[in-house]
Amino acid sequence: MRLPSGGQIDRDTPVRFRFDGRDYTGFQGDTLASALMAHDVRVLARSFKYHRPRGTFSAGSEEPNALVTLGSGAGADPNVRATQQELFDGLEAFGQNAWPSVGFDVMEVNDLLSDFLGAGFYYKTFMWPKKAWERLYEPIIRRAAGLGRLSGKADPDRNETAFAHCDLLVIGGGPAGLMAALAAGQAGADVILCEEEARLGGRLLSEVEQIDGGPALDWVAKVKRSLKELPNVRIMARTTVTGVYDCGTYGALERVSRHMPRGRAPVDCFWRITARKAVLAAGAIERPIALRNNDRPGVMLAGALRAYVNRYAVAPGRAVVIFGNNDDAHRSARDLLAAGVHVAALIDSRPDATCDLPLAFHPGAVVTAVHGRNVVEAITFQEASGRSQKLQCDCLGLSGGWNPSIHLTCHLNGRPVWDEGIAAFVAQEGAVPGLHPVGAAGAVFSTAGALDTGAETAGELLSQMGFDPAEITVPEAERQAYAIAPLWNVPGTGRAWLDLQNDVTVKDVRGAAAENFRSVEHMKRYTTQGMAPDQGKTSNIGALAVLADATGRDIPGTGTTTYRPPFAPVPIAAMGAGGRGTGFAPQRFITSHDLSVAMNAPMVEAGLWYRPSFFPRAGEKTWRQSCDREVAMVRSAVGIADVSTLGKIDIQGADAAAFLDFVYANKFSTLKPGRVRYGLMLREDGHVMDDGTTACLAPDHYVMTTTTAAAGPVMMHLEFASQVLKPEWDVRLTSVTEQWAQFAVAGPQSRALLEALLERDLSNDAFPFMSCAPITLAGVKGRLFRISFSGELAYEIAVPARYGESLFRTLVARAEALGGGAYGMEALNILRIEKGLLTHAELHGRTTAFDLGLERMLSPSKDFIGKAAASRPGLVDPDRERLVGLRSLGPVLQMTSGAFLFEEGAEPVRENAQGYVTSVGYSPTLPGFLALAFLKNGPERHGEQIRMVDHLRGIHANCEVCDPQFFDPEGERVRG
Amino acid sequence: MAETFTLTAQNALPQGDVMTLGETGIRVAPMARLTTLMPGRGDQDIFARALRRHHGLGLPQAGQSTTADGVECLWFGQGQYLLIGAEANVNLLKSAALTDQSDAWSTVLIEGPLARDVLARLTPLDLRAATFAEGATARTEIRHMMASITRVSDSGFRLMVFRSMAQTLLHELKETLEMVAARP
Repeated sequence: MRLPSGGQIDRDTPVRFRFDGRDYTGFQGDTLASALMAHDVRVLARSFKYHRPRGTFSAGSEEPNALVTLGSGAGADPNVRATQQELFDGLEAFGQNAWPSVGFDVMEVNDLLSDFLGAGFYYKTFMWPKKAWERLYEPIIRRAAGLGRLSGKADPDRNETAFAHCDLLVIGGGPAGLMAALAAGQAGADVILCEEEARLGGRLLSEVEQIDGGPALDWVAKVKRSLKELPNVRIMARTTVTGVYDCGTYGALERVSRHMPRGRAPVDCFWRITARKAVLAAGAIERPIALRNNDRPGVMLAGALRAYVNRYAVAPGRAVVIFGNNDDAHRSARDLLAAGVHVAALIDSRPDATCDLPLAFHPGAVVTAVHGRNVVEAITFQEASGRSQKLQCDCLGLSGGWNPSIHLTCHLNGRPVWDEGIAAFVAQEGAVPGLHPVGAAGAVFSTAGALDTGAETAGELLSQMGFDPAEITVPEAERQAYAIAPLWNVPGTGRAWLDLQNDVTVKDVRGAAAENFRSVEHMKRYTTQGMAPDQGKTSNIGALAVLADATGRDIPGTGTTTYRPPFAPVPIAAMGAGGRGTGFAPQRFITSHDLSVAMNAPMVEAGLWYRPSFFPRAGEKTWRQSCDREVAMVRSAVGIADVSTLGKIDIQGADAAAFLDFVYANKFSTLKPGRVRYGLMLREDGHVMDDGTTACLAPDHYVMTTTTAAAGPVMMHLEFASQVLKPEWDVRLTSVTEQWAQFAVAGPQSRALLEALLERDLSNDAFPFMSCAPITLAGVKGRLFRISFSGELAYEIAVPARYGESLFRTLVARAEALGGGAYGMEALNILRIEKGLLTHAELHGRTTAFDLGLERMLSPSKDFIGKAAASRPGLVDPDRERLVGLRSLGPVLQMTSGAFLFEEGAEPVRENAQGYVTSVGYSPTLPGFLALAFLKNGPERHGEQIRMVDHLRGIHANCEVCDPQFFDPEGERVRG
Repeated sequence: MAETFTLTAQNALPQGDVMTLGETGIRVAPMARLTTLMPGRGDQDIFARALRRHHGLGLPQAGQSTTADGVECLWFGQGQYLLIGAEANVNLLKSAALTDQSDAWSTVLIEGPLARDVLARLTPLDLRAATFAEGATARTEIRHMMASITRVSDSGFRLMVFRSMAQTLLHELKETLEMVAARP
């Protein structure tokens, strides 16, 4: 029911919204919860397990009950806390975890089965048969229990991640946080003030208080104006700091446009804030008292009642009973009375409590039960004398005391400390270096105390950071008393709720203790207390107090569970913002990309690069037809392939030759200018890291090529070798991968093509195999190499990348005139398999030079990285799986890489595996499937028959073991 | 019988203004001459003098850049500098290895009141004026891309990534500026 006056809502701005298919009107400034309360909508959700009706319980992000789904379709957002959701025109929300509606839910039958469905029932009940768990029980349980559901469709909304840096991070915009931000801002420090709500003020928004001789909110407005005038202060509203990470890094979720209709702006932004120091001014969270049926709609936190009356001007009920164990409960009664709400009774469990409010006051009494189903109808309480009374009411406010919000101080594994005085856990000093709790988060509950600690702590931190803290006056404020006598649950029969979100009762916790789940961590997992979106914000301390009692320990001896990030739910969509589809990783395009696409080449990913897989021609229906034609084209005429993706590293300096000797297994210091050599690079552990060619361009100047896959890792490896292993050497490295567009020109006609293009003699005498030379074509300086990855007479020609597309166009046109054309990755792969040449399918990190048949490349006359480790007996054991070729025998449908090899007649099980296949292709040159494989003692087994089994795809094939150089083993063509 | 042919230069991105939102512009810069300069061991002082004599440029400190007559020198990593806007004088060869990188990097400028907010979403670098003033430069990360960022004015930044990733850079910048400008 809306109160006739008061509150911080804008009564001139009505806001229309829908809940569960019905239209309502609220006001600007309402939350969904307050607006529904104004319309007396009491049931907002159904509970997790028993599907009991549930209503609003709190007035903030700690809400365990009022979780709703916002919107519909692909962009629907489940588990939105109605108490946090700002109302906007056109908002549409739905109750969740109920069918057909929250008002009438057929699954409420679960509630009748509660004796059977207690904690641990899953583990005890759904044990047999084993297979039924995954297929039958789990889907049913998940359907019946749980929270909101995702749409299952791609999320249409946009999100962001962002970074920020500051001197002082202020977490929370209540009195303590505002004071700290003001002090730091005026001292000239860079300040970021994160406030979870849309407005600054924190708890002051919900209270009737005086600061500096006037209304507290006037003071808040004044401070806000001062902060806004400071360019070094950044106020981040609707931003929850969710986690603390190493070295002053904080995670925070900004709800950018959840308070308005969806548009182009991001929904959420996930921030990573790096701060030199931080103050934690996150306030405190009230806790309830467990008693029979304390989960009924209308049972709320006593402090939340004040928020609804003072801030939103709604009455949470027509007759309210307040039950507490501390002075703060009295304040709720006072404010409700002042707002004209009928308070039927104030029940204080402390026998010595006094009260001068004009209402029925019952010291030393306890509420023992709540009556009613969809809403509170009455309560029973027991007076100090032992006499029980029933009292009509439709709302019960509970206050079991306040817990400082110290969650963030525990994110680096610090354990909180029990404070007997306020019966709550407080932060351990220094738990997070640089993070200092102030105000209620620092266990100082009065407003005056919050202002004092905010200003004081900020002053200390500013001095530590080298700022000169300005003289700051702390305004006068109320110094409320807070006395408390612990009361966690009211004994009695029937179910008393501890954790509303997970349907965990006192009986469940006692049951866990009885089953010997005595550790608080075990109890949590057995009962599910403290899990899910609210992470037990209102229930953890109550549950562990009950556990302590059940196990005969005190609370500090029982300890708490570990608070971990995030403090509040963070959508994965926010953390992974921008990572959808191609946004997942950068795309790298070769200079011939557009031209290749125009030639209808399908582009395939090779690391971050996109490369053409084949160039289809008219009449070709399958990739194999194109690939076979391209292979034949290279073997008989000439083919052009873009090989720019291979890594290129420019190496210069007086010690460049010695450096190459050091990083390569074979010798390079003997390489003369104008010559190229194939090199094998080992890791320190003796395994092969990469291979490639290195050309000597001039004395002390080389260009190394790496495989596409290892371009980055090899660069890092070389930087490490030069900076750390040989810092005394004069070696200068820089990547030139992107400077050059490079194309393979391969095939018997390649010489004719290039001689015409370059007007230069490229005969064997003038430019033999493994030569390199600078060239000029059309006035552009380039490089020519005579190297081959196809086994044919071949060259690679490089020009600055801006000319790449133009050169590719020219080369392809000239190749076509000679009966050739462009070829793609598929043909490139077949060509190299036919020659037994290696890629990272073979250099996969576990193979040695010995395995690859390249042991003779390990130079005995010099030291090099990996030399010592490569000679370990285990790495040169003849029985190792070593490189062989495989040729299909008989009618073979397919051979597959990844398949295992077995001796004929042997059962194809792991123990009998003889090796595995790494590369496979259909060779049109030597018709049939060819494969490269690693086989135990392989080189000694040429001519043997072996069976290939691909268990995953169910493919078998008989193969003959042979030399991996299938085609032209003498290498006559490449030197032709 | 050689036919004559020409090679046409092609930038990785169309040059010029790409978009302006919230008075913040994204512009693809023309391809400038870029040369990495890597002085030899012990040659740092000679190199600094040569750079001063032949290009009028001071040797930048780590994380800094120097400018003279439209030519710039960036600190470009350990023992490495990048000369922008002029062909490196051959006399530098005596003290440094020179490598042409004019085609290796693509350059995009973002300038305007939202530029810092856009970059805050793409790079973890602290871009506050106190730590990254005009002339400051860094080799860092832009959305998983290895990049170079230089502050060229109070609200202007020059971003460089490898040529092959230029399209991704531009796409990310446009999307991000759009979202930043659309914020309530």
